[in-house]
Amino acid sequence: MTEEEKVEKKLGVYICTGCDIDLLDIERLKKSVQDEFNVEAKTHPHLCGEEGVKIIKDDVANGVNTVVVAACSPRVNTDVFNFENCIVERANLREGVVWCQEINDETKEEVQLMAEDYVKMAIVKAQKSDLPEPYIEETSKDILVVGGGITGITAALEIAKAGYNAYLVEKEEKLGGWMAKYYKSLPSKPPYIEIEDPIVFKKIEEVENNDKIKVYTSTTIEEISGQPGMFDVKVNRNGNVEEFRVGAIVVATGWKPYEAEKLEELGYGKYEGVITNIEMEELAKNGKIVVNGKEVKSVAFIQCAGQRDENHLPYCSSVCCLVTLKQAKYVRMLNDAYAYIFYKDMRTLGLWEDFYKSAQEDEGIFLTKGDVKSIYEEDGKLVVEVENTLLGEPITVKVDLVVLATGMVSTIKGLYTVKEEFPDEKAVPYKHIVDLHPIKSEEEVEELAKKGHILNLQYRQGPELPTLRYGFPDSHYICFPYESRRLGIYAAGCVRAPMDAVACMDDAAGAALKAIQAVELVAQGMTTFPRTGDIDYPQFFLQRCTQCKRCTEECPFGALDEDEKGTPMPNPLRCRRCGICFGACPERIISFKQYSIDSATSMIKAIYVPPEEEEVPRIIIFACENDAYPALDMVAMNRMTYSPHVRVIPVRCLGSVNAVFIADAMSRGIDGVLMMGCKFGEDYQCHFIRGSELANRRMENIKETLDRLMIEAERVKIIEVEITDFDKLPKIINDFVEEIKELGFNPFKGF
Amino acid sequence: MSTILVIGGGIAGLTAAIEAAETGYDVIIVEKNPYLGGRVAQLRKYFPKLCPPYCGLEIFFKRIKSNPRVKILTMAEVESIEGSAGNFDVTIKINPRYVNDNCTACNECVEVCPVERPNDFNFGMDNTKAIYLPHEMAFPLKYVIDPEYCKKDECKACLSVCKYKAIDLNMEPQTMKVNVSSIVVATGWKPYDASNLDNLLPEHPDVITNMMMERLAAYNGPTKGKIVRPSDGKEIESVAFVQCAGSRDENHLPYCSAICCLATLKQATYIREQYPDAKVYIFYIDIRALGRYEDFFAKVQKDENVVLIKGKVAKIEEDEDGLIVTAEDTATGVKTRQKVDMVVLATGMQPSSSEYKVPGIEYDEYGFVVPKEGIVAAGVARKPADVASCNEDATGAALKAIQVVRGR
Repeated sequence: MTEEEKVEKKLGVYICTGCDIDLLDIERLKKSVQDEFNVEAKTHPHLCGEEGVKIIKDDVANGVNTVVVAACSPRVNTDVFNFENCIVERANLREGVVWCQEINDETKEEVQLMAEDYVKMAIVKAQKSDLPEPYIEETSKDILVVGGGITGITAALEIAKAGYNAYLVEKEEKLGGWMAKYYKSLPSKPPYIEIEDPIVFKKIEEVENNDKIKVYTSTTIEEISGQPGMFDVKVNRNGNVEEFRVGAIVVATGWKPYEAEKLEELGYGKYEGVITNIEMEELAKNGKIVVNGKEVKSVAFIQCAGQRDENHLPYCSSVCCLVTLKQAKYVRMLNDAYAYIFYKDMRTLGLWEDFYKSAQEDEGIFLTKGDVKSIYEEDGKLVVEVENTLLGEPITVKVDLVVLATGMVSTIKGLYTVKEEFPDEKAVPYKHIVDLHPIKSEEEVEELAKKGHILNLQYRQGPELPTLRYGFPDSHYICFPYESRRLGIYAAGCVRAPMDAVACMDDAAGAALKAIQAVELVAQGMTTFPRTGDIDYPQFFLQRCTQCKRCTEECPFGALDEDEKGTPMPNPLRCRRCGICFGACPERIISFKQYSIDSATSMIKAIYVPPEEEEVPRIIIFACENDAYPALDMVAMNRMTYSPHVRVIPVRCLGSVNAVFIADAMSRGIDGVLMMGCKFGEDYQCHFIRGSELANRRMENIKETLDRLMIEAERVKIIEVEITDFDKLPKIINDFVEEIKELGFNPFKGF
Repeated sequence: MSTILVIGGGIAGLTAAIEAAETGYDVIIVEKNPYLGGRVAQLRKYFPKLCPPYCGLEIFFKRIKSNPRVKILTMAEVESIEGSAGNFDVTIKINPRYVNDNCTACNECVEVCPVERPNDFNFGMDNTKAIYLPHEMAFPLKYVIDPEYCKKDECKACLSVCKYKAIDLNMEPQTMKVNVSSIVVATGWKPYDASNLDNLLPEHPDVITNMMMERLAAYNGPTKGKIVRPSDGKEIESVAFVQCAGSRDENHLPYCSAICCLATLKQATYIREQYPDAKVYIFYIDIRALGRYEDFFAKVQKDENVVLIKGKVAKIEEDEDGLIVTAEDTATGVKTRQKVDMVVLATGMQPSSSEYKVPGIEYDEYGFVVPKEGIVAAGVARKPADVASCNEDATGAALKAIQVVRGR
């Protein structure tokens, strides 16, 4: 939008005097608005009620398009104070002032100044914001499903059933994945008792008869470039290269078995009669289970083989207890033989308990907890010695076959995923990454790059989905399990976490929904989780770019590619609008329509800084919208109070705080800056993955700036806040105010 | 535009609703409580990250606030469902809140209300006034009156102080009819009634359930987050957790409730954090820490003050200054008698249908929803599961509901 096209702003300011806000000097508040902005603020004792809202609506109908509501928290009454085609800014006078401040003769003046500042800050922010225009391109609503096992097949069917087109790409010759190789599968629906023929074959037929699904077998992906809505996929089908465009991607490439060769101590590789659970499926398919030409009469199943073990896989593969029970049933029904199961815990969760019971009731299946001491061959039989059993004494059994319940590893594990997971010695890795991934040398990285790939995303940060632990893709797996660090790309099934086939099918439906949601949203220029529906995307004034690469490296979502010179190439539809790039840029060339360097620094400038003689400090608190700001509201809901010398500025993420805010604040005489954000580290809470982590890292640079200004580094502090920490916040804030008072006032005051 | 009905506004219902709405469909959430969030709002932390549920809930509420496609009905229950996939006629009863949308949550009414009631949010461990806000993060942020305790016309103290005409003591139940294409049943669960477990002394004040422990540990709980022995406020030196209390048991809930092992490990960390010297005894049958939760189990196990005993608890008895837990340690065959300050029964989850069956919905023998054309279940209404699994299957449920709307 050019300057001429910009719509003229007509400001309206509305102050609610309800909910104790009338404890402030409202007339004086109105006067401060009039003096500075030449606008008469209107007041109402119940602004969120019908009458109050009508006042605003009438003004909007008469041309007001920039509305500032000075009332309750922006987290409340969001739907009430929502006016079409208007910029709306909220000044939090309720939870932000009257409910969290002690108001008496001594504090009255400071509290009044706090209210005045908040109203001025909101007006200035509104004035410096513009209504965003969405980034609209012609996008595809087709979806690519990578992997043709039970998960991929189910995802493709669900996508088709919802009315969308799916491309199903499978590297093997046939669809079906692991499940097609099994003799029987676990029950796929309640009651979870009878094993059944693998459901995957029926589903393959459905896929082949579905005209909304295009199947590519013997196909690998050469590369994927572009962004959600416009992913350009190049595949190689048996030597022929084909290209197509999709809007979103579901990764369902499943798992690979843990290398049983590493389990020599359990006899694998040493004795022919020691096999894995996967090899057991192949044996069962032959009719009777035969080893060394002999029909097997007894089998020992060893659970947690190479799992729950720091020397192998530290995690649990979730399904092996169920799989072993299933295979014990094979032993009974095919050979009428005896099965021993030695476990650490029987993990048949939830309704699978019925399946466990059905095995317990079978006299031919013997189960006990126990640790396997040794396995060796003797007189043509395999001897298994088990200790710490439930029988109070060690057991020794002699069997014809030993089945090791080995675990699942994500197919992403071992691949070169993103640069930061394979940092070279020169890079400074992020804490939560370096804890999980030891630093690799450049040679190791090159070797890894040769190991093949799944997606081969042409993203500057790396070709695959970033992983969290053990090679499983990164996400807030409790609350928002499908959101990966790549917008528009969703993982499902065992590539994401070890799970049984029923769970895989459920997971496929979940990822399919997310993929459909993504194609619908990006078609409107909107981003997805967590700022779903936001059309405001960061714009880059590239003339002043110095190619420092901070934005391209720090973006948690890989939204920025780079040209040969290192200049960022934004892909707006990959962007989650966190503002981390904005916070990183030392040249300050990035901005949003509703969040810019100008709008933020103007808010800081709008704060009245009392002269030093008045001996009253001024402290800015940047509070992350997701956890810290709600926690501050909760302080107020509980009527707990804190210092009136602070000014809270909500930000979308601590990572979106640009160092210039702090430098500006300091040079204006602000005495201290407290940054409150989400926890970072391995069990991070930050909804943009590493915003608060980056803010913390950037503190180093900030301290340098402060040093040059001859300002104490202690004036800027960052703390991790959980949303339920509201009981601690008053003390944290007040303590910081005291610390600042001890340091003395900012020497720049009054300059 | 065809609408999707989501019955239940807990974490599964919220996920199904918001995911469907963000994909472009109109959704109505019917929630019987005065607030959304269901059971997770009562949890202090989630396993294994030990993070607060409110963090995720805040994001859910933010997404709902900015999405006009989601319509929320609280204090509401489904009375009947008729019709078939693509065309269901649903009758919804809205129970009176006695507080209308003018409520600004200013709290003046609570200051003057003369009556107290047991706080169901804290499982009766403390009281609220008859007019109350369920908890400070309640969404919608509106107060509510408990008609069983309110003195109504005899009192009217709240009416006299409310500046916003938000209180209406004459509010009547209302009925509304809606036509929807598909239904997601996400009615969740209630804690299994511990009073059925006679041998475990459930009526004793110091024998509490795992959900009550969550409230004790929470700042907005009855003790501001300090975990103390309920009978006398004593600080905790030892506590016993009894796993599978009423689950995996033919006489109670035959299935496994999926979360209690991890919930207990999590609660062990609550105790250990507050009391660095306290001892925690966990009596279990199997520790079900699947997948990546194994890490969490390994971490808690490393704490020497957490003792795991494989054995079913036979009985709990009172002692002069504590409780005695008797169990057979199946590993050693030795009967153990452990004296502790407090016992936490890891009671399971019973689907809400055990209390109220929604007419028009089919349930299996355990009380879980049997899906049919146009009606799908999510969360614990479907099967016992942890929060992560509930969110996963609720996302899938949203898709299934959308597929019906799109007529395929």
